[in-house]
Amino acid sequence: MSAPAFRDDQPTSESAPTPDAVLELRGLRKSFGDQEVLRGIDLTVHTHEVIAVIGASGSGKSTLLKTVNLLEGIDDGQILLRGSDISDPRVDVDATRARIGVVFQQFNLFPHMTVLNNVTLASRRVHGIDRAAAEATAQTLLDRIGLGTFAGAYPDRLSGGQQQRVAIARAIASDPELLLLDEVTSALDPQLVGEVLDLVTELKEGGSTILMTTHEMHFARNVADRIVFLHKGEVVEQGAPAEVLDAPQHPALIEFLSRAAH
Amino acid sequence: MTAAVGAPSELEVERRLYRRQRGRRSLIASIASTVVVVAIVYFGVVNTPGWASVQQSFFDPKTAADSFPSILLGLWLNVRILFFAAIGVAVFGTLLAVVRGLQNPVFFPLRMLATGYTDLFRGLPLIIVLYLVGFGIPGLGVFPRLPYAVLGTVAIILTYSSYIAEVLRAGMEAVHPSQRLAARSLGLTHAKTLRLVVLPQALRKVTPALMNDFVSMQKDVGLVSILGAIDAVRSAQIASQETYNFTPYVVAGLLFVVISLPLIRVTDAIARRQQRREQIGGAV
Ligand SMILES: Nc1ncnc2c1ncn2[C@@H]1O[C@H](COP(=O)(O)OP(=O)(O)O)[C@@H](O)[C@H]1O
Ligand SMILES: [Mg+2]
Repeated sequence: MSAPAFRDDQPTSESAPTPDAVLELRGLRKSFGDQEVLRGIDLTVHTHEVIAVIGASGSGKSTLLKTVNLLEGIDDGQILLRGSDISDPRVDVDATRARIGVVFQQFNLFPHMTVLNNVTLASRRVHGIDRAAAEATAQTLLDRIGLGTFAGAYPDRLSGGQQQRVAIARAIASDPELLLLDEVTSALDPQLVGEVLDLVTELKEGGSTILMTTHEMHFARNVADRIVFLHKGEVVEQGAPAEVLDAPQHPALIEFLSRAAH
Repeated sequence: MTAAVGAPSELEVERRLYRRQRGRRSLIASIASTVVVVAIVYFGVVNTPGWASVQQSFFDPKTAADSFPSILLGLWLNVRILFFAAIGVAVFGTLLAVVRGLQNPVFFPLRMLATGYTDLFRGLPLIIVLYLVGFGIPGLGVFPRLPYAVLGTVAIILTYSSYIAEVLRAGMEAVHPSQRLAARSLGLTHAKTLRLVVLPQALRKVTPALMNDFVSMQKDVGLVSILGAIDAVRSAQIASQETYNFTPYVVAGLLFVVISLPLIRVTDAIARRQQRREQIGGAV
């Protein structure tokens, strides 16, 4: 039972990986108990592409991102990262995760570490870069996103928006091939949302490949190359923002968008 | 008097005056009640019929002075036992806590073992563990000549590790699961996640409880005397038997209090600071 995808221009065959694909999901299935949360997801993310996954609460968006980062196991299907199957149980899970950056809805910075140590942790402890080099890189990154002066501060001194930007810096500090952003603004006060979205826009301009979930339709329209609508664990519609948002076909999407507009 | 810029208003001046007066009245009341309580206890005890003989056999200055050097020497043994026991407890207690926190089903037997261990040793009185280890291990004939101080240290480590493991485990459970998730998503291994993210936060959460256990261990090292190790308590016992006077015990007791005081103060300070920080609150 494959997803009845409208305007699905992606090949969903079991054949060779798509050449410039960073991520390729094939028939991804995931259940919690007897609740099937992902019902055969096919999705390809190309290099430098920004994809926004939208959908009602509980439609499986977060679960989708977690399976990609191997934080949740899958029940069937395949996850290809640059053509190699990372859903294979023989794969080195930690090494794979290190190639993918993730930012969650809740800013889960490590509260016992300074901003700089948060950002350099993976470089030092996973990639084996020495402290001085890791800190130099991190400092440059923090300066670029306007948080250079907070390098020595602990996260609880930062506003929610600043914390979330640090979380993004932490996720991109070791140049991941793919960045996963799960509702990175939904826990923020409205006046802090802008600074985080601006940073994501900058990352897109810098050429990052991003798979994100969001309920900021306006933002999705401006930044995403493609919008994917998830409904009850299936991709029921996807395409360019203008097509998906302005001329929705699937009844569930039409209803979802009419709710989101209010 | 004109109201300069930044000077408190008349209303505020009046309020401050009132607060100061109220504060002074409360202070006087609390000093007075303290003096009364202390006086009642003091005169009550001093005027008991047996006070003279009790003073003679528990608070004799000459006996105190004579026994002091040997007791102090004994205390040095307690301090060394405490030092090694603390290291042993830190290592073994952490290990137990980590094993109990393993979630993978393949570790089920190991986890049960650790659970059984902590249940057993939290229930066993230390004095019984001391007897079992102190007289049981030499009986095995493998290490026949181990000093009693070493065996006593082992018994203390075995017992206190089970307490510390429980405290640490509670601390680890109090670290939000999203912290592990964040660490694992960066590619940190399970072990590094524990060491760099979970344990440091768990330790901060349970520092006051750990310090309390440490203070209690500081006293319990005195129990190694029952095995015959010449520590402060045993030295006091020897001095007491020589002089037919209990003053050496009081000396030993006071010395134990003196070495534990700094830590008790530090524990209080940490607990207060933590409470303050939690009151301020934060996003994390
Ligand atoms: N760890 C879990 N255990 C059981 N059910 C879960 C778990 N995580 C998510 N779910 C369920 O899966 C469904 C999809 O959740 P989620 O992926 O978080 O949706 P979304 O992010 O789109 O709101 C929900 O019904 C949720 O209750
Ligand atoms: Mg979600």
